[in-house]
Amino acid sequence: MITVNENLCKGCNICTEFCPRKVYEQSEKLNKKGVRLPVPKNEDKCKKCGICALMCPDQAIKVDEKNES
Amino acid sequence: MDKTRESRFMKYLRRERLPHIYCAGCGNGIVINTFLNAMERAEIDFENLALVSGIGCSSRIPGYMKCDSLHTTHGRAIPFATGLKLANPDLDVVVFTGDGDAAAIGGNHLIHGARRNIDLTVICINNSIYGMTGGQISPTSPEGSYGSTAPYGAIERPFSLSKLAKAAGATYVARWTTAHPLQLSKAMEKGLKNRGFSFIEAMSQCPTYFGRKNRMKSPIDMLHWMKDSSISKRKAEKLDESEIQGKIIVGEFQNRREPEFSDKLCKLIGEKCVTGRPSSVRSAYEED
Ligand SMILES: Cc1ncc(C[n+]2csc(CCOP(=O)(O)OP(=O)(O)O)c2C)c(N)n1
Ligand code: SF4
Ligand code: SF4
Ligand code: SF4
Repeated sequence: MITVNENLCKGCNICTEFCPRKVYEQSEKLNKKGVRLPVPKNEDKCKKCGICALMCPDQAIKVDEKNES
Repeated sequence: MDKTRESRFMKYLRRERLPHIYCAGCGNGIVINTFLNAMERAEIDFENLALVSGIGCSSRIPGYMKCDSLHTTHGRAIPFATGLKLANPDLDVVVFTGDGDAAAIGGNHLIHGARRNIDLTVICINNSIYGMTGGQISPTSPEGSYGSTAPYGAIERPFSLSKLAKAAGATYVARWTTAHPLQLSKAMEKGLKNRGFSFIEAMSQCPTYFGRKNRMKSPIDMLHWMKDSSISKRKAEKLDESEIQGKIIVGEFQNRREPEFSDKLCKLIGEKCVTGRPSSVRSAYEED
């Protein structure tokens, strides 16, 4: 499971761009903070490499470990 | 927020201070993650870690970490860290610094820390500009790059900080970029394990100043730029000067064992101390 923390995400889109499986898409709507959050639309393609969580500058992403799912 | 759904790094952070002050997409946050990942892999005890920094956006990192941290004055992180290490040689001491902090005002401390081979891990976030104060040119700004103090482009030659640290005597030196998070983290892990002066140069993006002034609109543009202009040290060695112009050379530049400064000092105290208490420098930590 993938969770994006709404309170921390600043909408930089690094996750959307650098996920090797293109799991994320930017949402159309702005949230309360004026951020277009990334949405893990293609979560079924996720291989749990953890790159998005390692690159998110705002520690906003949680991806479950390989064995948890 | 449900704590089980938080980032794996959250347990090391002072959550009440988040979100941090960094601009959206700033590389400092990626350096936080790569460091915490490296710390886990190097099996460093978080309780035994002290983080020291100077002044700058990059230097605010220790303030977000839930361990002992010391935010000092501009350029002086290495002297403070030296004091910590010598007072308590068992501490794992890590310095977070920027290119301005480490190479401009703090340049002298950097070369002498490296020369002594004191056991510190210095993580220098090189975003090629002064971020915190509004985009002034730094000692690492590429020739021709724009900044608020270089409206016609920088005319000075930049330092290669990794070369400088190596020449000054650092025993572990590596450079990677925030677009190479796995390699960057691995280099930090090796730096943490090296008993001596380790210098990790993390090339990073300041989208707000360097990016905007140098026609890279977003953090993503900057990450692509760093990735595309990086070449490995091995490859660079086969090319001549003109071919490596404008490239970021990445890899390990130094990795060797040499006697470490706090070990040498403790040994000397053991031999010469008239009270017969080699650990006298640490008496402040003893209960008696
Ligand atoms: C003695 C002193 N001189 C100047 C300053 C102003 N100052 C604050 S941060 C900074 C430069 C920071 O640049 P860098 O280390 O590259 O960090 P960045 O903000 O880019 O991460 C300067 C000149 C200061 N705080 N103290
Ligand atoms: S864990 Fe890897 S594959 Fe899954 S969303 Fe993150 S970057 Fe993409
Ligand atoms: S990388 Fe992090 S801060 Fe940036 S858009 Fe993705 S979740 Fe948000
Ligand atoms: S000014 Fe630059 S270095 Fe400072 S937080 Fe913003 S993007 Fe990062």
